[in-house]
Amino acid sequence: MIQLETREQTSRAAVVVAPLTAIAFTLAVCGLLVLWAGAPVARSFAALLEGGFGSRFALTETLTRATPLILTGLAAAVAFRARFFNIGAEGQLYLGALAAVAVGGLHGGAGFAWPLPLLFIAMMAAAMLAGAAWLAIAAVLRTRLAVDEVVTTLLLNFVVLLFVSWMLDGPMKDPAAMGWPQSVALNPALELSKLIERSRLHSGLPTAVAAAALLWAMLKFTAFGFEMRAVGANREAARFAGIPVNMTVIKTALISGALAGLAGAVEVAGRTSYVTLDMSPGYGYAGIVVAMLAALNPLGVVLAAVFIAGMFVGADSMSRAVTVPTYVADVIVAVSLLAMLVAAQLVRYRVRWRT
Amino acid sequence: MFADLWQIVASDAFWIATLRIGTPLIFGVLGVLLCERAGVLNLGIEGIMVAGAFAGWFAVYLGASLWTGVAVAALTGAAFGLLHGVLTVPLGLSQHVAGLGITLAATSISYFAYRVSFPKLTEPPRIAPFAELDFLDPVPVLGPILGAQTALTILALTLVPLTGYVLYRTPLGLAIRMVGENPAAAETAGISVTATRIGAIAAGSALMGVAGSFLTLAAFNAFFFNMVNGRGWICVALVVFASWRPGKALLGALLFAAFDAAQLRLQQSSIGTAIPYQWWLMLPYLLSIAALVLVARKAAYPQALMKPYRRGER
Amino acid sequence: MSAPVLRLSLITKRFGTLVANDAISLTLARGEVLALLGENGAGKSTLVSILFGHYLADEGSIEVFGQALAPGDPAAALAAGIGMVHQHFTLADNLSVLDNVMIGTEPMWKPASDRGAARRRLLDLAQRFGLAVDPDASVARLAVGEKQRVEILKALYRGARLLILDEPTAVLTPQESESLFATLKRFVADGMSVIFISHKLDEVLVAADRIAVLRAGRLVAERARAATNKAELAYLMVGREIAPPPKRSARQRGPAVLESSNVQLRDGGRSRLAAVSLAVHSGEIVAIAGVAGNGQGALAELLFGESTPTQGTLKLNGAAYPRTPRAAVTAGVARVPEDRRAQGSVGDLSLWENTAIEQLRSPPFARFGLLRRGAMQTFARTLVTQFDVRGATHGDALDTPARLLSGGNLQKLILGRALSSPRAGPRLIVADQPTWGLDVGAVADIHARLIAARDAGDAVLVISEDLDEIFALADRIAVINHGRIVETRATADWTLAELGLAMAEKRAA
Repeated sequence: MIQLETREQTSRAAVVVAPLTAIAFTLAVCGLLVLWAGAPVARSFAALLEGGFGSRFALTETLTRATPLILTGLAAAVAFRARFFNIGAEGQLYLGALAAVAVGGLHGGAGFAWPLPLLFIAMMAAAMLAGAAWLAIAAVLRTRLAVDEVVTTLLLNFVVLLFVSWMLDGPMKDPAAMGWPQSVALNPALELSKLIERSRLHSGLPTAVAAAALLWAMLKFTAFGFEMRAVGANREAARFAGIPVNMTVIKTALISGALAGLAGAVEVAGRTSYVTLDMSPGYGYAGIVVAMLAALNPLGVVLAAVFIAGMFVGADSMSRAVTVPTYVADVIVAVSLLAMLVAAQLVRYRVRWRT
Repeated sequence: MFADLWQIVASDAFWIATLRIGTPLIFGVLGVLLCERAGVLNLGIEGIMVAGAFAGWFAVYLGASLWTGVAVAALTGAAFGLLHGVLTVPLGLSQHVAGLGITLAATSISYFAYRVSFPKLTEPPRIAPFAELDFLDPVPVLGPILGAQTALTILALTLVPLTGYVLYRTPLGLAIRMVGENPAAAETAGISVTATRIGAIAAGSALMGVAGSFLTLAAFNAFFFNMVNGRGWICVALVVFASWRPGKALLGALLFAAFDAAQLRLQQSSIGTAIPYQWWLMLPYLLSIAALVLVARKAAYPQALMKPYRRGER
Repeated sequence: MSAPVLRLSLITKRFGTLVANDAISLTLARGEVLALLGENGAGKSTLVSILFGHYLADEGSIEVFGQALAPGDPAAALAAGIGMVHQHFTLADNLSVLDNVMIGTEPMWKPASDRGAARRRLLDLAQRFGLAVDPDASVARLAVGEKQRVEILKALYRGARLLILDEPTAVLTPQESESLFATLKRFVADGMSVIFISHKLDEVLVAADRIAVLRAGRLVAERARAATNKAELAYLMVGREIAPPPKRSARQRGPAVLESSNVQLRDGGRSRLAAVSLAVHSGEIVAIAGVAGNGQGALAELLFGESTPTQGTLKLNGAAYPRTPRAAVTAGVARVPEDRRAQGSVGDLSLWENTAIEQLRSPPFARFGLLRRGAMQTFARTLVTQFDVRGATHGDALDTPARLLSGGNLQKLILGRALSSPRAGPRLIVADQPTWGLDVGAVADIHARLIAARDAGDAVLVISEDLDEIFALADRIAVINHGRIVETRATADWTLAELGLAMAEKRAA
């Protein structure tokens, strides 16, 4: 029979080797997939890496895709740290996008007649509020009624998508779109500026990185961050020490929802200008993987987001060069998650055979 | 409105739809039930259903018989279930995260496999699905309704009492229930908690795979992206509502399916056209959440659910 | 005289440096009831766990019914006819009595469980031994005494001829205990043999034929029931060379800091504290002595601010006692919990974070919600030095995660944190099992600090199962028994025998 036992000392070396082993394993699986697709392995890997990181265009694309991933990754990391499993980032993202357009859209042609800076702030705030409020539902159900938040946040994602669909058909429909389901356009004056000419990279990226830095700082330097870490690490001891555990979980959920909502606003203001039903190719769910790969560390989230974004962009490019379907990126992401989890577990614990 | 409702409920078509919509849910809930009775949450169900849908359909596409396709789907489900079992039981990973990882992996591998196999096609190739059981039509009352179903639905319905039998009337079932309630007691009685849990997860996941195959081999006749569409998560909610009992699970699945069938038809009715279709479609998900909230406080969870078992720690 | 059904020879078991069983040799005759008597930590549970196969002895051998017993294998023990009724029942609440009894008794892959036959056999056994049960009742609904009957029937169902009962009356009412002893008589009449563990002298003298007394891992005495009495047993159980308590200079104790008057605590239908009346004054150490499970946990919870009394009054320095952990911290109550890793510290956080955790939002440590790490680290450094906390291995020692500290050092840290919290006026210190699991050096250190705190005017309450500790520290000793403080006396006024009796005395319901 196999059994786990805690290692007395976690060696420094193991902490570094573990993620590397996970990545190596993932790449090996990726290689198998490429073989299955009948493509030459070396060339495919080269295309993947080049497509994700190998040119100015690739880098800007990767970073553009990483921007919302950083934010949804932060959303997941924050929540998971307090042992609150927010799987609803996808829905919170869409609600945030909708709220952003609701405030900053060209309603009736010109939108709200407010001074632009105020409107911009209101737009972002509305997005964060929308995301936070939506997650608060699941948070209250969990703290008050002991309903597991995993299933509720998941199911609420589907509800949001339907809600957005209705909004796009009706109240927030783009009068100029001629039947295509998209929302009223965002006021161009509110759009995020481009960071690099002739690319899609916008100032959402520094915003996301700033959010990561802020979160890191909050965790490290504020009393609330301390409470959050304590509650996530040892709930009972935190309660004994006088920390208000339930309130901490709810506040954490609000922050998490707000970050996911912000991701939506940043996508609308930076990349799409409209809310559409397919504006997020699963950023909410990918954010969870980003958070786990980063071991819930906010700064690590930035790196993990860039890695995963690079995989997706690279896979797109690779699929044009060789006959490997773009879904290879999804498989890489899923396998790297599982591999990382196993590696992290084996750093903490040893597996023993008992007769 | 009520006249519309009565018309709907009184029609055969409604009940036919109910059974058809309910079949994958029945398989799925039974699958989740087996895993959770053994003490393990299996959030891989959504992905396993996709994998089962793809694997079953693909096998038939390659020339296998329909039942072989179902078997392939079951084996695919069991394989992913085995992985989930190994990750969560001996390796002790968080059941939530491992399950989500399996969903992501199973879904993405299925989509990848589909694209590798049909790189150029925009429309998936059709296969000949399970036939309706027309020979049942003459049976009074239930005839037309059952006659419009496929053999898989009959399988689902028979699995309900069978699962109940195994759980409550065999030593294997007792072992499964015990490892989900008090693993220490099971271990003391000479039962391997690890083996029993992994076995239950594999079996439950096989059922989840079959649930997916129903979608491609009976309900529809091809594999589409996003065809599972949250049914897996709904099964997870339904099992709590069913208090982990097969009989109530059947009831819950059918109630839910009835509700879904009704809202589809109500959309055409007088009140239906007044309310946008998206709101009707939201109802099943909201209903699942409501069901969870209703039973949350007094839910008699299997006592060892989600607690990793460490044997013999002093 | 027939051959013994059980022969234990020189059983020795070590856990690290702790010798739990030291060369114990015992025999058990057919139809005999043997009681294993001893206080907590004497080694009784370890010994029977070895017998049943939960543990593997380091040295020694076991012979059952004349055959050597394969060590470390519960299945072998079961096959040899040994059955064990654990103190903490291994029952599944959500399943029925029959389910719990049948588990593991049929081949796993048998297509149909023969529940009818099992039910008949169960009811037959129940009737034979007077253990009434309803096979279809859900275990969750059973009273504790009924649950124990199911545990016993589990063993009988598997054909046990030698029954081990671990503290069987610990959770029973007097009536249920009577019932149990009647059952034991029927076992004996049937030719079975029984070993039961107890610390209750009355019961041991009623139910056992022979009594074996264990102390600190050794078998110190064996007596036939007729040849001994309560006083002798009590002395054998607890008596040993205890350093005479330090001369207590006539000291004035100050006003009462903690006052508890007829405090009760109920949890659902269960009474956890029946009547606790006690006062702890500034400048004294009061120890709560008692066998584990008599309400110490509930009392600790109350004093830590984790629960509030259902009835009665609890006061701190004349005002109502704090009702939440946070309020307790603010009121300056110094708390040392029983479980230093699950409750007393957050293993993944660093030393300096653990020392500051109780006051993380208060002025020296936080301003405008921002942590003042410098202040926290200085505080930690002072504390670590003052309280001699060692074992920090990381670069900057204070960054060491708390889980890497040894038990002793962690306890010193927790005590230091408790004693360093700001307060106005005399402080209440509540220490629950403060030196459990620690080595001699750490124990001495902790004791010295508690005494120093007392001398400085604090009011100290120590809950302990270690009589050595109690005698070394306490000015007064209060005995808790079945949720009630039964007697409080100055230390000098207690004899060991009297203390043992008060702790073990059977109380009327």
